[in-house]
Amino acid sequence: MKHIKTVVKGSLKDNKEKTGCGECQTSCQSACKTSCTLANQRCDKKYR
Amino acid sequence: MIHAFTYGGGRYVLDVETGSIHMPDEESYKVLEELERTEAQGGDINAALRGGGEIADELLELKRAGLLFSAPDKDTPMPENVIKAMCLHLAHDCDLRCAYCFAKGGAFAGKRELMSAETAKAAIDFVINISGARRNIEIDFFGGEPLLNFSVLKKTVSYARSKEKQSGKHFRFTVTTNAYGITDEMIKYLNRQMDNVVVSIDGRQHVHDAVRKTAGGAGSYERVAENAYKLLAGRQGEYYVRGTFTANNLDFSRDVLHLADLGYSGVSIEPVVTAGANAIKEEHLPAVFAEYETLAAEYARRRKEGAGFTFFHFMVDLNAGPCKLKRIRGCGAGTEYVAVSPAGDIYPCHQFVSRPEYKIGSVFKKGLDGAITRRFEQCNINNISECQRCWAKYYCSGGCAAANFNINNDIFVPYKIGCAMQKKRLEIALAVAAAEQAEEI
Repeated sequence: MKHIKTVVKGSLKDNKEKTGCGECQTSCQSACKTSCTLANQRCDKKYR
Repeated sequence: MIHAFTYGGGRYVLDVETGSIHMPDEESYKVLEELERTEAQGGDINAALRGGGEIADELLELKRAGLLFSAPDKDTPMPENVIKAMCLHLAHDCDLRCAYCFAKGGAFAGKRELMSAETAKAAIDFVINISGARRNIEIDFFGGEPLLNFSVLKKTVSYARSKEKQSGKHFRFTVTTNAYGITDEMIKYLNRQMDNVVVSIDGRQHVHDAVRKTAGGAGSYERVAENAYKLLAGRQGEYYVRGTFTANNLDFSRDVLHLADLGYSGVSIEPVVTAGANAIKEEHLPAVFAEYETLAAEYARRRKEGAGFTFFHFMVDLNAGPCKLKRIRGCGAGTEYVAVSPAGDIYPCHQFVSRPEYKIGSVFKKGLDGAITRRFEQCNINNISECQRCWAKYYCSGGCAAANFNINNDIFVPYKIGCAMQKKRLEIALAVAAAEQAEEI
């Protein structure tokens, strides 16, 4: 493409039914405790 | 839904529903900005692009490929919520008296007290029983200052470990400490047993000492900095040094960099959530945004030179982040995560502890209050109207229910200043990560 470069092909729509296993870290157990930050958490399955 | 934004001379567009990120040229960026407004007003994107020439053709191609202007899912099946993370308030007491403390100097709204070993063991039994098929169980030792009750911390770890095989569970432990009274024995133990360690330091000495004082009113920086270094310098596992910035240190990038310069690789500095004198107000936002940009420039520079550190709020994994369901559910307060007071009472999270109207159970009884937990279950981005229209919804996941409650007295009403700061941080995080990824393509 001439005008627009795709950097990330996101898969949020694709994985909606396959996951939700709940085995990953709860966000408040990482470092936040006062401001919910979810996107910086990681999926245990993808990193296993 | 899309969101077009610029950062550091780069242009970016996020396709909200898929998480796709594109870098448009100047001409197409202008078109995308206009289309974001069209979408927000409920306009027809296909009609807006029809017969629009080369740029419109490229955008339509991306739309057809499911990478731009993606529609929200009509129905996302939500699996059952299972409690699997517990914040144990080992001590409602603290050796510091921080000015902004939501626990009111460690005692919360009640008396100063320590959790007994029996209560802690009952909490472990409770979470084993209620966590169903979940294997990974998280326990966070919290307070007040949890190391004031170190003997119970050790007994709790031993007890949980002794139950792992029989219950089929795997416990992961975190401790959140001010490190003020930590000893060499504690350091050795914590580095062996804790999966994650969070140490509270606010940054530069004058910033830290202005708010993080001892009960006698003295600054705590020197002792905390020395102890934190002893704890973390040789640590193999995960850790964060975590501070708070207030209206009195809006130049907080210097505090983040101070901590990074001390050699810490995991740093988090968060905006204070309070209505008091330290509060971040709307008029502070331009300065806060500029400060995040200043920090990000140095953050990206250090990363590029191979001397980078991790800033908690700039972390975003564009390829292996959390699944969509987790992003919809949010932090899990009251649904996956609960907090336990020294007496064994259960609350939706650590910030609700000691609010009687939010007590949802006891570790000495079975089950939880259904009415309150259902309310927290409903409190997600699918049910908060401001979130449904927000481009950042899958990254902040509706924000912090406790912050919403503390500021607006309603867990469903977003804390607007928090949202504004969150969105600024996310634009930077997405831009930095996308730019790094673009270099690899």
